[in-house]
Amino acid sequence: MSLIQEIDFGTPRSKSETMVTLTIDGNSVTVPEGTSIMRAAMQAGTQIPKLCATDMVDAFGSCRLCLVEIEGRAGTPASCTTPVMNGLVVHTQSERLKRLRKGVMELYISDHPLDCLTCAANGDCELQDMAGAVGLRDVRYGDQGENHVFAKSGNEVNAAWMPKDESNPYFTYDPSKCIVCSRCVRACEEVQGTFALTISGRGFDSRVSPGMGESFLGSECVSCGACVQACPTATLTEKSVIEIGQPEHSVVTTCAYCGVGCAFKAEMRGQEVVRMVPYKDGKANRGHSCVKGRFAWGYTTHKERILRPMIRERIEDSWREVSWDEAFKFAAAKFAGIQQKYGRDAVGGITSSRCTNEETYLVQKLIRAGFGNNNVDTCARVCHSPTGYGLSQTFGTSAGTQDFDSVEHCDVAMIIGANPASAHPVFASRLKKVLRQGTRLIVIDPRRTEMVESPHLKALHLPLLPGTNVAVLTALAHVIVTEGLVDETFVRERCDWSEFEDWATFVSLAKNSPEATAIMTGVDPKTLREAARLYAAGRNAAIYYGLGVTEHSQGSTTVIAIANLAMATGNIGRPGVGVNPLRGQNNVQGSCDMGSFPHELPGYRHIAIDAVREQFEAAWNVKLNNEPGLRIPNMFDSAIEGTFKGLYVQGEDILQSDPNTSHVVAALSAMECVIVHDLFLNETANYAHVFLPGSTFLEKDGTFTNAERRIQRVRKVMTPRNGYADWEVTILLAKAMGFEMKYNHPSEIMDEIAALTPTFAGVSYAKLDELGSVQWPCNEKAPEGTPVMHIGGFVRGKGKFVVTEYIPTDERTGPRFPLLLTTGRILSQYNVGAQTRRTENVVWHDEDRLEIHPHDAEQRGVRDGDWVRLASRAGETTLRALITDRVAPGVVYTTFHHPDTQANVITTDFSDWATNCPEYKVTAVQVAPSNGPSDWQKAYDAQARHSRRIAPAEAAE
Amino acid sequence: MSSSPDRLVYMANQIGKFFRSQGHDRAVPGVADHIRKFWDPRMRKQIDAHLDAGGAGLDPDVREAIASLKGQ
Repeated sequence: MSLIQEIDFGTPRSKSETMVTLTIDGNSVTVPEGTSIMRAAMQAGTQIPKLCATDMVDAFGSCRLCLVEIEGRAGTPASCTTPVMNGLVVHTQSERLKRLRKGVMELYISDHPLDCLTCAANGDCELQDMAGAVGLRDVRYGDQGENHVFAKSGNEVNAAWMPKDESNPYFTYDPSKCIVCSRCVRACEEVQGTFALTISGRGFDSRVSPGMGESFLGSECVSCGACVQACPTATLTEKSVIEIGQPEHSVVTTCAYCGVGCAFKAEMRGQEVVRMVPYKDGKANRGHSCVKGRFAWGYTTHKERILRPMIRERIEDSWREVSWDEAFKFAAAKFAGIQQKYGRDAVGGITSSRCTNEETYLVQKLIRAGFGNNNVDTCARVCHSPTGYGLSQTFGTSAGTQDFDSVEHCDVAMIIGANPASAHPVFASRLKKVLRQGTRLIVIDPRRTEMVESPHLKALHLPLLPGTNVAVLTALAHVIVTEGLVDETFVRERCDWSEFEDWATFVSLAKNSPEATAIMTGVDPKTLREAARLYAAGRNAAIYYGLGVTEHSQGSTTVIAIANLAMATGNIGRPGVGVNPLRGQNNVQGSCDMGSFPHELPGYRHIAIDAVREQFEAAWNVKLNNEPGLRIPNMFDSAIEGTFKGLYVQGEDILQSDPNTSHVVAALSAMECVIVHDLFLNETANYAHVFLPGSTFLEKDGTFTNAERRIQRVRKVMTPRNGYADWEVTILLAKAMGFEMKYNHPSEIMDEIAALTPTFAGVSYAKLDELGSVQWPCNEKAPEGTPVMHIGGFVRGKGKFVVTEYIPTDERTGPRFPLLLTTGRILSQYNVGAQTRRTENVVWHDEDRLEIHPHDAEQRGVRDGDWVRLASRAGETTLRALITDRVAPGVVYTTFHHPDTQANVITTDFSDWATNCPEYKVTAVQVAPSNGPSDWQKAYDAQARHSRRIAPAEAAE
Repeated sequence: MSSSPDRLVYMANQIGKFFRSQGHDRAVPGVADHIRKFWDPRMRKQIDAHLDAGGAGLDPDVREAIASLKGQ
């Protein structure tokens, strides 16, 4: 193994299809029009010296090192800013160029410390490389005089010197090493789109400045690390590199955070991670990352990780560390006892959307074939199950229609109930880039999110009241139909016309007009009409949506309404359009694909279909139950009722993440054996009897499938600290339970998946190694996968329009609970926070805060930072208030990343009519000043402390 | 709301409300198909038993749909 060196072409790739031929150093080179001479030379294998150019940002032409000579042209133009032309004859090396470059380097080095041996960038410094490349042997100017390098000159304080900024937990800014190439500033603008950095001052006073001379941590910086990656010197350096040194080998793998699925190079020294660097060939992220993926991997070696299996008879007992063998035997005996006493259907399991496809597949296989029932579900139940239902009803597949590259072809983007800047940051950066280039944006969201207003973009914002999605989307459809904006050719060709007519008649009813619905939705009818026209008239209009769509009692109806809009306007089946669910967890798409739902075998085929079931029965050599099993909320209900007694939970914290915590507590307490398979003693583990230590994404092989249906490899870079990868744990547990599964490597599991699942038929580890990634369906018809779905026709045949009547949720505000609570996430934390809370990311968000409008706060006598009591019909908790007009009056908002807040104590049992996806986004609440933690919080904390005790190991005899 | 059969009645009616706008003739099989496809047998048995006991609280279309599932 060696360090993967990606070629830096100096300037971005040109997308032109017109080719241009020129001669560089006597060699003929053909490249797309618009390519720089620098890039063309690199493509031909000649590296022109450069400092301020890198191919992640546009050419800038400031360092004057990349000068070339062009026959017939005067002077020495910069090759980064000079585009190719047919017939140019370019020389990259001449006496004049050598002299000029050496002079430039001499000036740079005269104001740069010469501590190369002890510098963190030693071995990875472009300044050092260029000094070598131009043959710099002497610096005539010395290092005295005016400089940025030394704190003092003689006894005088050097005012130009600035100390290091170490405020960011992950990287250091050392101004003394800065050459003001502005690559960091441009990366922040062009790649990330945050505009947190600038160059202050002029001439010799020029400095990189976060905001108005703030610290990195105190500025708008979101710590994505693009600047660190762009920096050619040690000015911006990962603290891990400063501490450990340069990596010696790297392995390409996939991030284990959100559904964007960024590809990373894990840069290693032995089995120690030195840093994670986004991989340029990663088709989801194209070389970019966010603070979580690049920096927040410290949890993998966190001291709180549990590395030995543990058991206990009762949850009141302390945990006892045991051998793997004893833990498996204990769990197997418990489950066998439960099934004997309460029946075959009294146990079940939950697959993990954080684990690999292979691991998820094994867990559902264990449940269906080993337990003999279909009581398997996954966390998608509580996030995107309505997407699965809604899109399969209308289009015929349970997934998004596009790849992320599609956004580059989009003229109008409509974001509904999602805040990609927080939850899908790398996609947000890609979207912001096209928005700055002129793509229009519509945002339908109760909050004024970062997407509504950020530097150089402003969206058409429809601030609806939580719970009125269907009314707003049907009103958009009303405008599109009644104003004649339907793409009739598309609908006639691709959709069922009579169903369309029924739908068109329904949406045209006066009660569905923007004017009639405004009283419920709170959306200005004029703005809504403008949005409808914009969406329908854009050449390519794409919808991106998130959990603000699905997590409602009408979640599935909203997904259907979105599909209706896309079909009616012909925005399906080509790049730049489509319906794109932004999936929450890294492998939530994959866990759904792998048959994690109780009614579906892998590939979304109903368990009652004999032909499909028989295929699995033959492969697994077992008779399968043909009845759908329990979904997560049904498991809880059945547990409370006494018919469901045992649960195997892999990598999911249902207690913290599921709604109405006291209901979940009651359900878990009613079970006789809960097996938690996780990295940490999470909240669910407080009610568990068996704890099986899990492994991190760095410790195993497998695949994740992201929101684009893209299957990407996860590669092992270190030995599992707990001893086994998760797929091995499931196999051993199954074996103890009397169900043998034999695989030597996850690739063999994928082979079985491919053999049994038509949409995965062409997937193998060999193909993934060869192509990097593929998007399902990948089979004989599409051997290299399917970036855009429904081209030329829908998977189900004709696209199906379904009438979407708005039915208000039964969760209503009233005198006791006058405000509406909606929940969401923040950039630096992920899901229940089990991973990110165990990293330095807590410096950005160490507690959940309640966002409340100044009017609502004033009425209640609440000041910013005050403790407030948040109460709903389900329960109450306390947290600190954050006063902001990002939320409308009447609406409050919080995140759910911290167990001591327990936002889900507040959320209710209401759920989506079709899938039981909980209604997290609408809860009627009251807010009042408070002195401290609620009784619930105190009792919860006491129980958690008691439950987490681990008995000291007994002394050896 | 956590105790069955109240919860099941609520869930069934919720499904019914989605299909209601499609008219009685499509709503009844729509509700029946949805319950058949997504509810586990013990839930179906409970709602059956509730219907036998008078089916209090069930909306008319939903009642008809559940009756049509009898024995399945």
